[in-house]
Amino acid sequence: MDLLSILSNSFRGALGPEAAIYALAAVGLNMHFGYTGLLNFGQVGFMLVGAYGTAVPVVAWGLPLWVGILIGIACAIVLALLLGVPTLRLRGDYLAIATIAAAEVLRYIYRSEWAEPLTGGVFGITQFANDFYDLNPYSSRLDLGWLSFSPTALWVMTVGWGATFLACGLVALLIHSPWGRVLRSVREDEQAARSLGKNIFSYKMQSLIIGGVLGALAGSLMAINTQALTPDVFMPILTFYLWTIMILGGASRIMGPVVGAIVFWFLLTFLDSFLRQIIGDGLIGLESSDVGAIRFAAVGLGLMLLMMFRPAGLLGNQKELRLDVR
Amino acid sequence: MSGDQERHELEPDVLAERAELVDAEHDLGEQELSVGARRAAEALTGVAPEPGVAKPDAILVADGVVRQFGGLTAVDVEHLEVQRGTITALIGPNGAGKSTFFNLVSGFDSPTRGKWSFNGTDITQLAAHKIARRGMVRTFQLTKALMRLTTLENVMLGATGQGGESLWRAPLRFLWRAQERDNVTRAEELLERFNLTHMRDEFAGTMSGGQRKLLEMARALMVQPDLVMLDEPMAGVNPALTQSLLGHIQALRDEGVTIVLVEHDMDVIMSISDWVICFAEGRVIAEGRPDDIRRDRAVIDAYLGARRSLKEDPQ
Ligand SMILES: Nc1ncnc2c1ncn2[C@@H]1O[C@H](COP(=O)(O)OP(=O)(O)OP(=O)(O)O)[C@@H](O)[C@H]1O
Ligand SMILES: [Mg+2]
Repeated sequence: MDLLSILSNSFRGALGPEAAIYALAAVGLNMHFGYTGLLNFGQVGFMLVGAYGTAVPVVAWGLPLWVGILIGIACAIVLALLLGVPTLRLRGDYLAIATIAAAEVLRYIYRSEWAEPLTGGVFGITQFANDFYDLNPYSSRLDLGWLSFSPTALWVMTVGWGATFLACGLVALLIHSPWGRVLRSVREDEQAARSLGKNIFSYKMQSLIIGGVLGALAGSLMAINTQALTPDVFMPILTFYLWTIMILGGASRIMGPVVGAIVFWFLLTFLDSFLRQIIGDGLIGLESSDVGAIRFAAVGLGLMLLMMFRPAGLLGNQKELRLDVR
Repeated sequence: MSGDQERHELEPDVLAERAELVDAEHDLGEQELSVGARRAAEALTGVAPEPGVAKPDAILVADGVVRQFGGLTAVDVEHLEVQRGTITALIGPNGAGKSTFFNLVSGFDSPTRGKWSFNGTDITQLAAHKIARRGMVRTFQLTKALMRLTTLENVMLGATGQGGESLWRAPLRFLWRAQERDNVTRAEELLERFNLTHMRDEFAGTMSGGQRKLLEMARALMVQPDLVMLDEPMAGVNPALTQSLLGHIQALRDEGVTIVLVEHDMDVIMSISDWVICFAEGRVIAEGRPDDIRRDRAVIDAYLGARRSLKEDPQ
């Protein structure tokens, strides 16, 4: 067993482009749930429209990539309005149902034969992000001996983590303003906020849009990172990874999603390479095809333990959680 | 009696002080009306104590307001006016429709039919938050503390016209810093007034039930309303604090704020209200000055009960 290579893989997972992308999407989810109390179970839908919004204009209409990214953002705003206008005046569970359904419906629409001329249907589309890689300032690998990143990975990581930290900074500024105070009061008690003259519908809508746009940006990056896009990347389970990340790091903490994403991806890649190694060494009677399932089961177990011993998440304020609801 | 005597000897100061306080309260109730009380009494002279009577300067006027829940008619108010600058008490048995009436006029519930106006404009169709912005703020019978906000933040939320509450201005701190500072000053004054200064930076969720009542009132006053509707503000608040709360409520009236409050404690009602409206089964069954209400046959039958009224009324 090669512990160094396991660790090297784990760190690559924890800091790599995927972790950054998931962190960014989870920052958006944290805006929804952590600060506004919105139950969004379809963050993956925002990622999907962001990703296709970015890729389709490039491939189908030959527009530059940055225009695509803007279109992705616009799609997320439209989606937020479509989801929010009918449900945000109702009880919270309606948004939950609407988002989970919308994300699935969107996936089916984008993979349908009818949409194939634009989205490539089940086969997807590729090679749309060359504009992005042309800008890559890195020409050689980053090599720390036991850990190394390719120039393209480095470039995506730079942009991904950069965007994530910018998003965290923006969220921090917003949350620590009177605007954020209203948002948090909506999370605590809508009626009380309303009795003090706050238009809670408007605040919930703004939050849904901001978090959705962050999800769409994460989707764009996800498309750019792989240069290949198929609808089935955007399965509902992805939303639940984002929830896991947010809860792991601590909901309603600015850096919660970042810490959550790093820990989540570290654990995932650690378990993956650890299991593969011991299976390869014949130490355990499992097939390597079982690895995928087992590592998620282990992450689930870890999450359960976390909830038992640190219920507010790694960064969470444990005191907040002890406030009973009277 | 001998037990009491002993206690008296143990803590003569406290007991004497307490006795003085009671006397003082008594005097307060009987002579020396405050500015607001005198103003209110003058304004209401000549207003007949009968249900639905018109007031000289009504801030809130309700007309034919009906709210049905299925077959149950919770509120059925033909006509009701609240005089500006008074403390108007709503009384009535449990389930009489007092809270439902609050919910209706403050926009938190929609009526089966009827309309009402505030400060002369019809606000029947207006959303709750817009009604609050126009200066009519209510508190809830079941308090709604914003648990995971600090006490100060809870009160700060009440401030109106905050520039920093718009998304575009929120990240640009320099645009709202000065206003925020003023609001903090005002919020701290309110906390001081309601004995909550020591809780300033604690989560509101850590407060006791009575403290939450106080917090809710402070928060409502932060809005600087023309009319405050308090749904049982004294429930669960200790006697000493009730006294000071009553003082605050009277002071508010003296400043010109109109107060409508629901309360079950008849001593409180009789001592501070300028006008009393009695609900029963959704209807206004009686209206009048506290003394009129005390002797009103319908109120005694529906609410006070015969015995209680005898004890209350020595004459
Ligand atoms: N949402 C509702 N659905 C059905 N019935 C309701 C609803 N809200 C209130 N009611 C009914 O309306 C009537 C009036 O209730 P309300 O809460 O206004 O009474 P109240 O006068 O405030 O009583 P209390 O002094 O106990 O607070 C009650 O009979 C109650 O059962
Ligand atoms: Mg009530």
